[in-house]
Amino acid sequence: MSILVNKDTKVLVQGLTGKTGTFHTEQALAYHGTQMVGGIHPKKGGSTWTGQGGEELPIFASVAEGKDKTGANASVIYVPPAGAGAAIIEAIEAEIPLIVCITEGIPVMDMVHVKAKLEKSNSRLIGPNCPGVLTPNECKIGIMPGNIFQKGSVGVVSRSGTLTYEAVFQTTNAGLGQTTAVGIGGDPVKGTEFIDVLEMFLADDATESIIMIGEIGGSAEEEAAQFLRDEAKKGRKKPMAGFIAGRTAPPGRTMGHAGAVISGGKGGAEDKIAAMEAAGIKVSPSPARLGQTLVEAIKG
Amino acid sequence: MNIHEYQAKQLLKSYGAPVADGVPVFEKGEAEAAAKQLPGPLYVVKSQIHAGGRGKGKFTELGADAKGGVRLAKSVEEVVAHTNEMLGNTLVTKQTGPAGKQVNRLYIEDGADIDRELYLSILIDRTVGRPAFVVSTEGGMDIEAVAEETPEKILTLPIDPDTGVTADDVKKLNEALKLEGDAAKDGETLFPILYKAFTEKDMSLLEVNPLIVMDNGRLRVLDAKVSFDGNALFRHEDVVALRDTTEEDAKEIEASKYDLAYVALDGNIGCMVNGAGLAMATMDIIKLYGAEPANFLDVGGGATKEKVTAAFKIITADPAVEGILVNIFGGIMRCDVIAEGVVAAVKEVGLKVPLVVRLEGTNVDLGKKIINESGLNVIAADDLDDAAKKIVAAVKGS
Repeated sequence: MSILVNKDTKVLVQGLTGKTGTFHTEQALAYHGTQMVGGIHPKKGGSTWTGQGGEELPIFASVAEGKDKTGANASVIYVPPAGAGAAIIEAIEAEIPLIVCITEGIPVMDMVHVKAKLEKSNSRLIGPNCPGVLTPNECKIGIMPGNIFQKGSVGVVSRSGTLTYEAVFQTTNAGLGQTTAVGIGGDPVKGTEFIDVLEMFLADDATESIIMIGEIGGSAEEEAAQFLRDEAKKGRKKPMAGFIAGRTAPPGRTMGHAGAVISGGKGGAEDKIAAMEAAGIKVSPSPARLGQTLVEAIKG
Repeated sequence: MNIHEYQAKQLLKSYGAPVADGVPVFEKGEAEAAAKQLPGPLYVVKSQIHAGGRGKGKFTELGADAKGGVRLAKSVEEVVAHTNEMLGNTLVTKQTGPAGKQVNRLYIEDGADIDRELYLSILIDRTVGRPAFVVSTEGGMDIEAVAEETPEKILTLPIDPDTGVTADDVKKLNEALKLEGDAAKDGETLFPILYKAFTEKDMSLLEVNPLIVMDNGRLRVLDAKVSFDGNALFRHEDVVALRDTTEEDAKEIEASKYDLAYVALDGNIGCMVNGAGLAMATMDIIKLYGAEPANFLDVGGGATKEKVTAAFKIITADPAVEGILVNIFGGIMRCDVIAEGVVAAVKEVGLKVPLVVRLEGTNVDLGKKIINESGLNVIAADDLDDAAKKIVAAVKGS
């Protein structure tokens, strides 16, 4: 089993015709035949996209048309920041169940409006400013490098793209492999939080252990820790390792990710680490020891 | 992006918010004329720097007994005297760090008779994904201290973006601030005005501390701090025009030209990393092994060879840097692009300090090949742990 995506997931690409969309769609098609079923471009509907290796996909004028003609149940968004909010809203209005937005740099107010729409819909949004979702050997949505994955038992959830790769790479090297890796993204306003993904991992039988990677800013890690404590009281608990990036970050400075900022004395690493440890997560002091720390957590 | 208090007030005034009359002063000779434009008899002379705590701040060049960065004046002559003492000198506040900031601009403002000082801000409440008002009757002081000591005196009120500020919201804000009569009527117009300014201009923070009730029972914005969402600046040319680059680190300005996320720090190991999380984690692991990072630098996902070269030059231009760690886990970013950029930069500017390179992910073999065949004196690392140990050892040994 896995969460969110599997071999039956059919994916539309919003922003396929750009350089980034093209490169990553070729990579996705090459990754165990992820079902990329078409692209969206308002002015190029009816044309065909061709990849460097001669791959071909139909282009539709709208997400609704693409969904109608392909039976797509997911969409990935590579649209540039100024238009990405509108692209997400188009996917929500077309009732796409799973929307994954890779785009970095979307204005926060645009995401405020997206979130208001999202709350009144049945769609789930992953991201924005995230690396996507990958279930090994089945489906790759987004920009994660497929070659570091191995089918296995670890669920990975992270606010950071590259730290997701570290966690995946290290659990592969530890011989554990992954069920699904989910990058929830580094923006302050986003579609899916840690709690949502942790709930899915706790419910997924194939996921035997979990790595959760947070960073400074906000209080999503503290809220997730509280959720895990409440679930543990009900007997739902899996071995977990964690990491928080930004222990050495100065307060008041935005560290790359729009959401990674310690403001008003809140969102610092130490509070998050303490909350996660209190919830039974083994927090690694080093980003290079995520795999090893998880192995220790599993041994108990 | 931050702006000065006087710019924030001009912006809020354009939306109809009640702010005092004031005139910015850039040269000492401008003070008298500025003060004469104001009604008097009470004036306030305020240092314009991008840091809080100005009132309690101290000027480095003046004696310990000298007044702070915000001063009252009871005559035009006093305004001029304060201006001569403040302008051009260095103000140290709890937010500037010990080096302080040079005061290049003053704001001369009409004084007000204050009955009560309140706190009001608008920010993005991340837990609900909406703009929220944060208000308290305890104004004029550090809101963090209020949150710590008397959290019950703070109201956080998220606003539904589909409706904006409703009559019910206004009622709640007026009650929390204990506003009545004219002040409550002022609140009815002020709260929606501030919300409109916040959302239309893509602010990330709008802080009015204090918002005052004057002796005449009316509200006034006495201080204003505004920050903007950097990701939305593309649609606000008027806001970009307010940027004061003298307030920013020269290396950070250079980095921003290439769209690089760079933050200058105090250590001696320069870092070039892809991804914000990994860049922070790289700083953390350097510290874990007993050294200090010189910077945070995320080259981003779609970096070109030129961008990587620029990033490398910014790092090597920092005289504090005694070693460089390049840490790349390629996803969007391809290792061969990084390798080409590093090689090109080193060929252009030379390499006087140890360089450790760790590459993993997309096109890793090609990247390693480019580095190996470049003939550069690069220390290769197998993983993040190995990389951190090697650069710390190289810097401590040098």
